[in-house]
Amino acid sequence: MNVNSNGYTFGFAAIMVVVVAASLSAVATSLKPMQDKNVELEKMQNILSSIQIEVTRDEAAEVYQDYILEELVVSEGSLVQGVDAFNVDMAKEIRLENDERNAPLYVAEKDGKTFYVIPLRGAGLWGPIWGYISLEEDLNTVYGAVFDHKAETPGLGAEIKYPIFTEQFRGKKILDDQGNFLGIDVRKGGSSTDYEVDGISGGTITSDGVELMILDCLKSYFPFLKEYAGTTATAQLNN
Amino acid sequence: MAEVLEKEVVEKKPVAKPKEPLFSKKNKKLLTDPFDDNNPITVQVLGICSALAITVKLQPAIVLALSVVFVMAAGNVIVSLMRNLVPNRIRIIVQLVVVASLVVLVDQVLKAFVYDVSKELAVFVGLIITNCIIMGRLEAFALGNKPWKSLLDGIGNAAGYGIILIIVAFFRELLGSGQLMGAQIIPESWYLANGGFYSNNGFMLLPPMALITVGILIWVQRARNTKLIED
Repeated sequence: MNVNSNGYTFGFAAIMVVVVAASLSAVATSLKPMQDKNVELEKMQNILSSIQIEVTRDEAAEVYQDYILEELVVSEGSLVQGVDAFNVDMAKEIRLENDERNAPLYVAEKDGKTFYVIPLRGAGLWGPIWGYISLEEDLNTVYGAVFDHKAETPGLGAEIKYPIFTEQFRGKKILDDQGNFLGIDVRKGGSSTDYEVDGISGGTITSDGVELMILDCLKSYFPFLKEYAGTTATAQLNN
Repeated sequence: MAEVLEKEVVEKKPVAKPKEPLFSKKNKKLLTDPFDDNNPITVQVLGICSALAITVKLQPAIVLALSVVFVMAAGNVIVSLMRNLVPNRIRIIVQLVVVASLVVLVDQVLKAFVYDVSKELAVFVGLIITNCIIMGRLEAFALGNKPWKSLLDGIGNAAGYGIILIIVAFFRELLGSGQLMGAQIIPESWYLANGGFYSNNGFMLLPPMALITVGILIWVQRARNTKLIED
């Protein structure tokens, strides 16, 4: 047989494409459930990590049930029913105007205190960055934050996921004295106030991305959060 | 008919020769040559691109090295098995498809079983496809040799590439971040911030230093192995 004839070449290419496509889709489909499970457990891990609870991937599902009391969805300043908060796709939501988003909110309780965990998503240098930030009952103090990224440069922008960066967010404030939302400034050249953290040298664009992400994602929660937290918080303040 | 028979007899003759042992001297050379005399990075200067990109830290470098060993060994064997069937005009495309499918396979498996590592590597796994060493070996070796030899050649070349990645990553992570595999190696008390005398060399984290490190490796290698010195 002449392996260099036109007919053979076309036949070879066609068979090759079909075989490769079939085997790759078979592999992808069979591994999909395991991959999805990993992503889901990682999300639980991250949410827990934002309220300072570190668990392994295996324990995540169980511990998550213990600490997360409610999963809510907020849109246009009020609660939305019938949307599964855990499965809201933040990548799609951030393309909408702040108010129109279905914004998930996780209410957690740890050591008798309530924490509000808010998912974040924004843009880094090479791809999306995301994370979770938890607020204390006063809706002003940051209790913890975790960040992650798709493709930031290792050793530079990618450092946002490590404690050396995230630990700085603990105890920072996001509201000014009048209660207006300010966000957190990720600064070049050292942080000095309660509203600033230190950026990453060599990772300026990623650092700026974190700042913008916090600004953008937290804004839409405020009217609602105040109202929602008011019911529980005032009761406690009065005591 | 007679012609065909005659041809078969002629072809059978070489098979009657004593079989070459699996690890004959020549075959062993296929495996060991790429580590020194014929190293893909330091001698052939191929695959430099990924050697610059992923050697900031040791762990991704090791996982990438292992992934490349798998892709190259499997790719070489598959292409070698098909070598008499592949139409000459589309052989590069065929090689590319083989490599790309293997890389997608590695990526999917990493995502399912070692999720954390796969996140660390992210885009770099996909970049294996563009690694010139792989295409080079498929084209130069696997297309013309039997599967066993191709397997040895694939493993040898990928390992020769991997060892350089690991050496470069070792120095870059140690000098750039003071860590190895993410664990602090340089004592915290040495750092200027803690009243010490030491500071990490941030330049090591940037690609140019990888190039310089590879350059130093080439220098050291040529100083030891005089065969490589060109006139």
